[in-house]
Amino acid sequence: MRLDTPQGPVLYLDGVTVSFDGFKALAGLSLIIEPGELRCIIGPNGAGKTTMMDVITGKTRPDTGEAFFGEANDLTRLSETDIAELGIGRKFQKPTVFRNHSVLENLELALKTDKSVFRTLGAKLTQAQAQRMDQTLDVIGLRMQAHRTADLLSHGQKQWLEIGILLMQEPKLLLLDEPVAGMTDEETARTGELFQSLAGKHSLVVVEHDMHFVASIARTVTVLHEGKVLAEGTMDRVREDPRVVEVYLGR
Amino acid sequence: MTGVLAPPRPLQSRRAIAAVAFAYAFLVIVVPVLNLAVPAGSAFHVSDYTVSLVGKILCYAIVALAVDLIWGYAGILSLGHGLFFALGGYAMGMYLMRSIGREGVYQSDLPDFMVFLDWKELPWYWFGSQRFLQACLFVILAPGLLALVFGWFAFRSRIRGVYFSIITQALTFAFMLLFFRNNTGFGGNNGFTDFKRILGFPLASPRTKVALYVLSATALLGALALCRSLVLSKFGRVLTAIRDEESRLRFCGYDPVGYKLFVWTLSAVMCGIAGALYVPQVGIINPSEMSPANSVEIAIWVAVGGRASLIGPVVGAALVNGAKSWLTVSFPDLWLYVLGLMFILVTRYMPRGVVGLLLLARGRKP
Repeated sequence: MRLDTPQGPVLYLDGVTVSFDGFKALAGLSLIIEPGELRCIIGPNGAGKTTMMDVITGKTRPDTGEAFFGEANDLTRLSETDIAELGIGRKFQKPTVFRNHSVLENLELALKTDKSVFRTLGAKLTQAQAQRMDQTLDVIGLRMQAHRTADLLSHGQKQWLEIGILLMQEPKLLLLDEPVAGMTDEETARTGELFQSLAGKHSLVVVEHDMHFVASIARTVTVLHEGKVLAEGTMDRVREDPRVVEVYLGR
Repeated sequence: MTGVLAPPRPLQSRRAIAAVAFAYAFLVIVVPVLNLAVPAGSAFHVSDYTVSLVGKILCYAIVALAVDLIWGYAGILSLGHGLFFALGGYAMGMYLMRSIGREGVYQSDLPDFMVFLDWKELPWYWFGSQRFLQACLFVILAPGLLALVFGWFAFRSRIRGVYFSIITQALTFAFMLLFFRNNTGFGGNNGFTDFKRILGFPLASPRTKVALYVLSATALLGALALCRSLVLSKFGRVLTAIRDEESRLRFCGYDPVGYKLFVWTLSAVMCGIAGALYVPQVGIINPSEMSPANSVEIAIWVAVGGRASLIGPVVGAALVNGAKSWLTVSFPDLWLYVLGLMFILVTRYMPRGVVGLLLLARGRKP
């Protein structure tokens, strides 16, 4: 299970439908994400953004449609754990970090390594792993907080720590659900810089309500509505699309 | 359970380790000397009664520690751990019953209760029960395998929280009913008693009692060392991560089922060993050990002492059982009220138990 073709898309969704008790959360969603891309996804509440992430991470199984990670990995069949291991990292809406662990311990738990019980029982930190944790501390800007308990971090710092947790697993694709919600302007700006620096090395899919933030980082924007793609393109193009104005931006 | 539990760093200071070492030395050197060497009339004499009481509490402390490992660290509240304790006790009890030989009331090769039921031969599952090593094996296997099978189904189905606790209550209750039946072949509601000797040593002799007591203290120390090394390792940090944020951990690529199953089974085995040490000291094992109330009481010891601290549950088991053995003699009607009140006060005002209170008094953030 490996990404075999570096030139092909990282993520490929085609005609994905999911319904809950007759309600169509996704109604034929198609989406392609290229390697290193930074993609923003917007859409009103109930447009299917969270369900889309659930499908990609294996939490929800689509009724119909295809979902592939790379060319060979069928996301509709793999387990959540397998998908995480393959290199899809997900950031939840609410920051979820291990709150009773220090920042470094949080990163340690997320290290890309054999996570079976008996390997963990005898686990020792290698030099390379320690280095990797060290680098990530710099990337997420939490060096000064390395030994603080995560619970004591500010909201923004927790969000960065969660991104750090995702980065430790060396993901090819990062799914970020409203990453700047509740952040101060300064924290939002720093998060924007962080995403820009991560794009290229990773593919990023950012679901966000904060239009200002989206406009500041977006290269390509996808607008979801009623479980389908309504429009796709640069921020300026999407903004002018009358259908988008009607369902989302105009409100 | 949010935010009240400290990071998993128990027993790390030199002072804490020195205190444990000192307590152990006191229990295995001073107490036995005061019991065996000091004459009964002396003010310094420790009675046989006290030795067995402390020995009993040491066994309870192992159980409390086992529950802390899964509740305090992995966030799995078992209200059925008395079952694993009792199974270990029954496994040892079978051996003790066979060791009575022909000295029972009916002077038969069969245990008395089987003669009473007019059984002519041992049931197949008593085969080899006269062998001590086999008994030791079953002390581990009986609770271990049951926990493994039960845990596998429960954790795989992602049964968590209060639902899990209720099922463990039902499990121990079901086993209690099973063991109450005479036909089950474990002595029905009387269980096993009238033991005479263990490995040829008379159980009535003070020396044997002291030996069992020292063994219990040593087992507790071993369990404490094992749990400490576990929770201070990466494995322990994964456990606390399961407790705090299981879904995040799953997204980190961990499968929590294996971790839960490992620690759950280990915890059950610890209880089994405690039960096996307990039975020869108190001289009886019967199905009431499996009553749901018993298992709830174990959780109270842990809550009183302080969850996720390892030393807390040991202290809690000693405090609650010390109070119990005093109150049930002096004010027998009051005990259950006191126990209930203790539980309410601790959960309401001392979420980290006695140990948390001590840390607070020393000016450290609990």
